[in-house]
Amino acid sequence: MKKKIKKSTVSSFVNYGIVIVLYTIFQILSSTGSLTRQVSGLLIPVCAYIVMALSLNLVVGISGELSLGHAGFMSIGAFSGVIVSAMLQNSVTAGPLRLFIAIVVGAVFAALAGFLIGIPVLRLKGDYLAIVTLAFGEIIKNVINCIYVGVDASGLHIGFESIDALKMDETGRTIIDGPIGAAGIKTISTFLAGAILILVALFIIQNLVRSRTGRAIMAIRDNRIAAEACGLSVVKYKLTAFVISASIAGAAGALYALNYSTVVAKKFDFNTSILILVFVVLGGIGSLRGSMIAAAVLVVLPEMLRAFSDYRMLVYAIVLVIVMILTNNQNAKTIFRNIKLKFSRKGDI
Amino acid sequence: MGKHPEVKLVPVPSPNKIPERDIGKAPILEVSHLGIDFGGLTAVDDFNLAIGRTEIAGLIGPNGAGKTTVFNMLTKVYQPTRGTIMLDGIDMANMNTVQANRAGIARTFQNIRLFDNLTVEENVKIGLHNHEEYSVATGIFRLPKYWKTEKAAHEKALELLSIFGMEKYANVPAGGLPYGAQRRLEIVRALATGPKLLLLDEPAAGMNPSETAELMNNIRKIRDMFQIAIMLIEHDMNLVMGICEGIAVLNFGKIIAKGTPSEIQSDPAVIEAYLGRQKEV
Ligand SMILES: Nc1ncnc2c1ncn2[C@@H]1O[C@H](COP(=O)(O)OP(=O)(O)OP(=O)(O)O)[C@@H](O)[C@H]1O
Ligand SMILES: [Mg+2]
Repeated sequence: MKKKIKKSTVSSFVNYGIVIVLYTIFQILSSTGSLTRQVSGLLIPVCAYIVMALSLNLVVGISGELSLGHAGFMSIGAFSGVIVSAMLQNSVTAGPLRLFIAIVVGAVFAALAGFLIGIPVLRLKGDYLAIVTLAFGEIIKNVINCIYVGVDASGLHIGFESIDALKMDETGRTIIDGPIGAAGIKTISTFLAGAILILVALFIIQNLVRSRTGRAIMAIRDNRIAAEACGLSVVKYKLTAFVISASIAGAAGALYALNYSTVVAKKFDFNTSILILVFVVLGGIGSLRGSMIAAAVLVVLPEMLRAFSDYRMLVYAIVLVIVMILTNNQNAKTIFRNIKLKFSRKGDI
Repeated sequence: MGKHPEVKLVPVPSPNKIPERDIGKAPILEVSHLGIDFGGLTAVDDFNLAIGRTEIAGLIGPNGAGKTTVFNMLTKVYQPTRGTIMLDGIDMANMNTVQANRAGIARTFQNIRLFDNLTVEENVKIGLHNHEEYSVATGIFRLPKYWKTEKAAHEKALELLSIFGMEKYANVPAGGLPYGAQRRLEIVRALATGPKLLLLDEPAAGMNPSETAELMNNIRKIRDMFQIAIMLIEHDMNLVMGICEGIAVLNFGKIIAKGTPSEIQSDPAVIEAYLGRQKEV
């Protein structure tokens, strides 16, 4: 027993360790000016995508449900984070504190959205969640596309027609301008915040998995009927996993958005959702470390191969199909297992 | 809210005997006129049975007789079309599977249903889930209550596993256990939920004679230790006749005989049902 606890704990701390070591290396490289502008510009987005991959892994790998609209939660986190940051621009001048508040608010709003769509959908069995989350992602994108938000001395103004229709006074500032998106964002995200957010996401998911809640979530994934016969409420635990996952995605969205001066809703579309799913599938469903590595590699590589980036989604699609074929082929499975055994770090989750 | 099954208010015909020591106490389970239709097919009809508080009862019958269907109705995996189920005096009409378990019915499955990717110990801890509680946040932040409760659950799980001498498998993934051990683990997991009535669907299936003999002793041991009622479905007649105090025989969805093992063995209807089946084979 002692040994087993150690193994999984070791695995958790290896994950924390990897993040801290890589952060330190890149931070040193960046502050000594050894990184190209292209690479240093990717540091924060990579962090955000890693957190997204961790978040989706909680739903797909640990809860065993397919979500095809995770970018929707990222979007909610992004825009609520941007709004909060803009509102607090004058009252909270310290960037890191404002970023922290924006991330928390982004997480809360995304969690709320996760709760609202999770309640009806998670009662259904089968592939409904995949379809509904897909639709949800598109709806969020389209709604944000026609939202106009501004802030003036009297507070926040929200409308669906135009900025002028908000009738702000002369202190008014536009935050979200419909399809043009949010512009003039004060970029307060930092690489340090990104690294901390990864650690927090890891902490939450890893500890959740090893608690009674996580056990229940995985038991329901493994055998729904047996779990019910053991007195576990399926909806409650699926919803718990879904809401926690949504809130982590919202936090990632806020971090992501506050790294750019402009953000459009279209950024968080179906392609982004699929991209994140690809990280999870390629990294190994259920493997947090795999998700992190896949996210980092697959975000950085295409940027390095700018010239080919037109084919990026094509390559992803092909790779995804190949992986699915291979992982369902008995011979390929055996080969994979042998390779895995060779490189295995036991107790990986 | 599910729809109320139609209830006929007539007394249970030919109430079966319950063991003498349980007489005078309310039966743990009282089922009357239970029935279920699947489309046009009536799988079980007019099923009446009482089980004593510490009885080991048997449910036997040829393949397809409806035995598993009865278990599925008692645990609300299926909602009965007709009839009432009273568990320890409580009407189970509006309960679902989760509530049925919390009310005190636990079961094993004919086709083993373990949590394959969880370890043996974790499978048992799922059984303990509603008895060893702490909040989601306590689990994530590992507050003192997390350590305390997990330690208690760990000890309890090992204690339950030791009934079948399975502590040594605690850290093995349940899916990797040999067949017989999987069946035993299902019993331990069901027991961990703290049932008043334990339903075992073919617990000896796939076991060799020595494993079956050991299982018989363990079923008795569980009843004696926990003072609960056990109802089992089994095709192994040595086991059924050896440990069951009351037996109900089901054929084509209807009870054709109820009684003690010796009564059942000499019952002409039972003999015909089984011989008739043998001719078909
Ligand atoms: N969900 C269902 N839908 C339709 N028919 C069903 C369903 N479940 C069971 N049945 C039918 O009910 C009848 C009884 O099945 P059941 O599984 O209860 O038999 P059993 O006595 O447990 O048999 P065995 O000894 O083979 O396990 C069978 O004819 C079966 O086809
Ligand atoms: Mg059966």
